[in-house]
Amino acid sequence: MAISLAARLEQIWEEKPGLGSWLDTVDHKRIGKRYCYTAFVFFLVAGIEAMLMRAQLARPDETLIGPKAFNELFSMHGITMIFFFVTPMLFGFGNYFVPLMIGARDMAFPRLNAFGYWVFLFAGLFMYSSFLIGEAPNNGWFNYVPFSDKHFTPSLSPDFYTLGLLFLALSTTVGSINFIVTIFKLRAPGMSISRMPLFVWAILATSFAVIFALPSLTAANVMLELDRRFGFHFFDPSRGGDVVLWQHLFWIFGHPDVYIIFLPAVGIVSAIIPVFARRSIIGYVFLALATMATAIVGFGVWVHHMFAVGLPNLAMTFFSAASLLITIPSAVQIFAWLATLIAGKPVLRTPLLFILGFLFIFVMGGVTGVMFAAVPFDQQITDSYFVVAHFHYVLFGGAVFPIFAAIHYWVPKMYGRMMDEGLGKLAFWLMFIGFNLTFFPMHIAGLLGMPRRIYTYHAGLGWDLWNLLSTIGGFVLGLGILVVIVNFMKSVRTGAVAGPDPWGGETLEWATTSPPPPYNFLEIPTVRSAEPVWDQPELRDTGHAVHGRQPVLVGHETLGTSVMDADAESVIPMPHGSYVPVATACGLAGIFAGLLTGIVAVTAIAVGIAVTATLFWFRVREEEEPGPSVVVGVAP
Amino acid sequence: MRSRSRHSWVGSAGALLFVLGASACGDTAPSTLHPEGPGAHRIAGLWWFMFWVSALVVAVVTALILIGVLPGRRRRATHDRATPRWAGRLVVLGGVVVPVVVLAVLWALTLSDMSALSLPRRSIALKVQVVGHQWWWEIRYPQQGIITANDIHIPVGLPVEVELTTDDVIHSFWVPQLTGKTDLISGRTNRMWIQADRAGVYRGQCAEYCGLQHANMIFYVVADPPDRFREWMTREGQGAATPTETGALRGQEVFLSSACVGCHTIRGTDARGKVGPDLTHIGSRISIGAGTFSNTPSNLAIWITDSQSVKPGNLMPPIPLSPADLEAVVAYLEGLK
Repeated sequence: MAISLAARLEQIWEEKPGLGSWLDTVDHKRIGKRYCYTAFVFFLVAGIEAMLMRAQLARPDETLIGPKAFNELFSMHGITMIFFFVTPMLFGFGNYFVPLMIGARDMAFPRLNAFGYWVFLFAGLFMYSSFLIGEAPNNGWFNYVPFSDKHFTPSLSPDFYTLGLLFLALSTTVGSINFIVTIFKLRAPGMSISRMPLFVWAILATSFAVIFALPSLTAANVMLELDRRFGFHFFDPSRGGDVVLWQHLFWIFGHPDVYIIFLPAVGIVSAIIPVFARRSIIGYVFLALATMATAIVGFGVWVHHMFAVGLPNLAMTFFSAASLLITIPSAVQIFAWLATLIAGKPVLRTPLLFILGFLFIFVMGGVTGVMFAAVPFDQQITDSYFVVAHFHYVLFGGAVFPIFAAIHYWVPKMYGRMMDEGLGKLAFWLMFIGFNLTFFPMHIAGLLGMPRRIYTYHAGLGWDLWNLLSTIGGFVLGLGILVVIVNFMKSVRTGAVAGPDPWGGETLEWATTSPPPPYNFLEIPTVRSAEPVWDQPELRDTGHAVHGRQPVLVGHETLGTSVMDADAESVIPMPHGSYVPVATACGLAGIFAGLLTGIVAVTAIAVGIAVTATLFWFRVREEEEPGPSVVVGVAP
Repeated sequence: MRSRSRHSWVGSAGALLFVLGASACGDTAPSTLHPEGPGAHRIAGLWWFMFWVSALVVAVVTALILIGVLPGRRRRATHDRATPRWAGRLVVLGGVVVPVVVLAVLWALTLSDMSALSLPRRSIALKVQVVGHQWWWEIRYPQQGIITANDIHIPVGLPVEVELTTDDVIHSFWVPQLTGKTDLISGRTNRMWIQADRAGVYRGQCAEYCGLQHANMIFYVVADPPDRFREWMTREGQGAATPTETGALRGQEVFLSSACVGCHTIRGTDARGKVGPDLTHIGSRISIGAGTFSNTPSNLAIWITDSQSVKPGNLMPPIPLSPADLEAVVAYLEGLK
């Protein structure tokens, strides 16, 4: 019976290889990998941009790169790292692992998921196409007005920025909605909200933060585009507008976005530490609450990016206090992780090494972050290289190190083969040393008065040595990343076979084969613990046998459960592959290209494509009508 | 014991690096760690407090990481479910109690420094208006009718009010050795005050990204002893002297008959352009091109003929002059002390 069930599910869920299925896939695992690959390519591009900047700054009065190119490089480096690498990469892991961790067969809205990916890809291509016409965004990732208005920047570069980000916002928004619904409604029966893996908590908190933060950026970008294209004057002081309004709108998004970047990484840390410490995580409730608290308090600190603007002291004291306060959830998390390590029996494999690197670097970035809440110090040091040092410690240490931990931790699940341990450790040390050598000296350069975003500096200011060290460190860091790529290429072909659970994990992704079958689980697991794979031995071979105690769905379906207690409620039919998402995304890309170029015909045709595709989206096909399905032994 | 040696190593290495950094720079290095004004002094004090607290935090966390992963301790069994009592205490103590205390102290220090920095102890001695331009600084002394560029002279030891506006995009006024920065916001007027406790030249630089030549938007605050300051102010308030030497006189003729007058003012002559910096006393300024390079005759000649080669994107077009004319103009301008 088991074999026939597996064969049947395989037949129903399998997507045939080929170009057609490449374009119409709705499998969360394929889409998740795709997010990761695409985001990683953007990471490499942003890394090359960083290398070029470091080459220019290696010594004083260097003329390798002119001011225009340099300004484009730092603008696109920031835009790429923040919008096109970290969040999509973490959404990629979320896409792949959230359904596995909660015992679902796919995301709640598989087509929306595919649509989100295509929009992300097209928005990235849209943004980078600006280089082809030599008008790449060069106003920084923050795109302050009035510098970005029509008068001071008549070229298309701010339009690439605003339209590109408006386009991308669609992807991030639908992705977040999808995560929230998936996490609320598709958890395996018994996985009450208090048994949810902390990575899932983190993705949930992040998704809510996205939904509340992004509209502010979107509004700002729409207003700027109206100013630039249609003579509005939201930001034009000579006609009653206000340039500080942009800064508020931008940072109301921008600071929560720091946590949007950081929180999923925190989830990765909480996923990896107990597995390698070989004990339950300490302070699960604290960690879950801290995640939510960070996401909420993160909305109350944005003015600390504006302490030099000349705002009233009373307002600044409030934001100073809020910015100090947000340290506490992070401190709780740090000590919960430390306590888990100390109480456990850690095995120092590569994923844990990257997490230890994260702990050290993130604490360094945390303590310098606290300093910026001290208003007078902020006014002295903001917009200096000290800030560049600080936020790389927080974001590269806080998000990129966990991402590399996740690569080493989850590649065995995704590809069925182990990463090479020796190369992994080599990469870690190169990256850890290279990172600190790159960014620690920037603290000193900043204290010595070196401002950010300058394409050159004169000799004799005390900055030369620190800049040279940063450049050397940057190339060591780059080498470490190269080793990870080599390791990945080699390991997915010839690495040791991983088996379903190479690390002894506790969450449900380790209860299925590596890589998982298209339907994820033969039976939908019934969860009775926060660490189901450790506590429920019967789950360990879900990929092979039917126990008759778990719900078995034999159609193209997944199980819907209640929000808090995850009681089985319904059988949800899942859509098959479809060209509609890619077609809709193409239509939208055309609309944005039309808006950019101002060619009405392009916009009109693209609107036609998008509307037609959307109409097809709403058409319910016969096979997707809820049909009879067999549910065996749903847990009471 | 391993962890204790690590503490002191991190602490002293950090302090050593910063001391090295602080000492590695000459007199003109704009280091926040070499404060020469009351504002920067207070902020440096705040910094060193935060630095030592931070060093301690990093050292403790590093020690806990090492305790967590280094072998050689009594171990509990794997896959333990129970939370040992010490672990709960560690999380509450390290994650809540200690941070709350430290952050409260830091907030109190912040509030006290904010109030100390908001107004100077002594009354304002002088008002200076600074107008930001892409990419240079217009400096005005409204009470004295002085207009200059990129050099701000102030009397040593006295608080000076700085009124900040911008003619175009947002800039930021930053003299690290004197005090924290304040932005120049389009459509708004910001005020701050600076004071230098010692005579000297303090380097300042635009700290808000403002376009192509953000890197070359430098200025100098020159703190003079009272006598010299009065002398400077008297001289600066006068129009340009008519040159006596023949080369310079010819230079004046060339200047006044060329495109220069479209953009530049030299008070006391017919040059009344408003686009570029006032050149009435350019000969006495520290730099050319807002800190692009030092004010020497050869640099000035390069600037006049081809400023785009040294500060690409600045508004000044190349002025084609014959070598003789160029030499004369340079002699004229350098003579405008």
